[in-house]
Amino acid sequence: MASASQGNNATAAQLAHQMRVSEKTPAAVEKEASVRFEISDLNFYYGAKQAVFGLNLKIPKNKVTALIGPSGCGKSTFLRTLNRMNETIRNTRVVGHILLDGQNILEMDVVKLRRRVGMVFQRPNPFPKSIYDNVAYGLRINGYSGRLNDLVEHSLKRAALWDEVKDALHKSAFALSGGQQQRLCIARALAVDPEVLLLDEPCSALDPVTTAKIEELMFQLKDSCTMAIVTHNMQQAARASDFTAFMLDGKLIEHNETSKLFTTPQDPRTEAYITGRFG
Amino acid sequence: MRQARLVWRKSLNAVMLTLTGVAAFGVVAILFLILGYLIWNGGRSLNFDFFTQLPKPVGETGGGMANAILGSLKLLFLAALMGLPVGLLAGVYLAEFGGKVFSFVIRYTTDLLNGVPSIVIGIFAYTLLVLPVKHFSTLAGGLALAVMVIPITVRATEEFLRAIPGSLREGAMALGASQWRTIATVILPAASGGIITGMLLSLARVAGETAPLLFTAFSNRFWSPGWTQPTASLPVMIYTYAIAPYDDWHRQAWAAGLILLGLVLLANMGCRVVLSRRGITRSV
Repeated sequence: MASASQGNNATAAQLAHQMRVSEKTPAAVEKEASVRFEISDLNFYYGAKQAVFGLNLKIPKNKVTALIGPSGCGKSTFLRTLNRMNETIRNTRVVGHILLDGQNILEMDVVKLRRRVGMVFQRPNPFPKSIYDNVAYGLRINGYSGRLNDLVEHSLKRAALWDEVKDALHKSAFALSGGQQQRLCIARALAVDPEVLLLDEPCSALDPVTTAKIEELMFQLKDSCTMAIVTHNMQQAARASDFTAFMLDGKLIEHNETSKLFTTPQDPRTEAYITGRFG
Repeated sequence: MRQARLVWRKSLNAVMLTLTGVAAFGVVAILFLILGYLIWNGGRSLNFDFFTQLPKPVGETGGGMANAILGSLKLLFLAALMGLPVGLLAGVYLAEFGGKVFSFVIRYTTDLLNGVPSIVIGIFAYTLLVLPVKHFSTLAGGLALAVMVIPITVRATEEFLRAIPGSLREGAMALGASQWRTIATVILPAASGGIITGMLLSLARVAGETAPLLFTAFSNRFWSPGWTQPTASLPVMIYTYAIAPYDDWHRQAWAAGLILLGLVLLANMGCRVVLSRRGITRSV
């Protein structure tokens, strides 16, 4: 299922990027190789209102990167630029570079991009179809017609939902509980085997037990998937992520390994936020 | 002081509650009064012949309205065939694609079209399809009804599509579905219960229209072969029979009214049963 478009489609921006990489020291190159998303000078506008300011961030491969910050700081907006979901909103504009495995996503075919970069939303949003059809949806629209049954089963197993639904695959997805629905949405996103999974506050509508299940699931998925998660819950960021980025008013304030950011924040604003003095 | 205010608020509450209840009861009562009256008057004249026989010549009693029942069904079929697809697609455009200005224009035009008196729509169809060929036809009647079906379908489609949460759209788009694919495979199925109900209601509404048929489909005392001949229809038959001076015709007009209402109710309830079985109505 690896994307065929990875090698070709070399654009000018991409070549320039590769040249820049080759100028670096071997250690830097090696570090570069484990980066999935490289975002540089990213600005985002809703009409005339700017929501993200000059953001630079690297999202490492097979790790969980958490985005934290107060409401309205632009973290969800930023996350949604990574699979170009903001394009569905009229009058929005992206300026900057977002490279996925060295390829500029702004020049990529959006369908291919979204197959490689899956997304899970704040509220579970299963389609009004059966459990099976929900998971098979992404496969079907991508023209996949092979062993659907196996892939549906595999995806549900990866999302740790199989045992609970294997006897009810053709029942409506609405019959599931909120937590099960969210795991179904994860299974649906996993079915097309994305390289990256974007999670936009996936647990904010769920109870603590279900939240723990989803976090456990994220831990297991790390083998095969890079994840970026927006969360309001700082304990969740501390528990479930490897790297954490703190955003404020559309700007990236601090980005570090989670353990370092939460124990020895470099910026006073980060410290103020994680100790609960605002937000 | 405070006590008096509390009493006032409680009694106002009770009065308003009663008023709304009375109005609601009135709405239900009107339908049942009409239905009861129709069954009382029409039920007595209903018999097997009514469904199988052609109208008898003037002066003879008995006979039926088989040709009018079939004629009404043919007209509705044409109206559905021409009106529903246009209404559905335009509604999808309004809800999902239209820009602000253009959408406003379409919405406004649709509302105006909805308000055009049905007799004017009849004249329109008359000019378009009757005048050129110089005779009335089922086709012209179907067109007139289709024009009336369109605006109702457009607005129903738009409203029910807008009621579908944006998160469903995002879910499908995030999986790489194009906008059209998202609409066709997720949004429309999710809204289908409401949209189909809206369509059936629009057909039910035009099923009883008389004015636009008077000079398009006209009437016919015999079977109407094909689509290019004048045809009898239930509403026009009711009109003709009700103003005629014969008691027997009056009774048949009541019976025709009962059949017309019965058809509409049956279509309505039938679709609800089917939809609830498919479990779609829940999402609407």
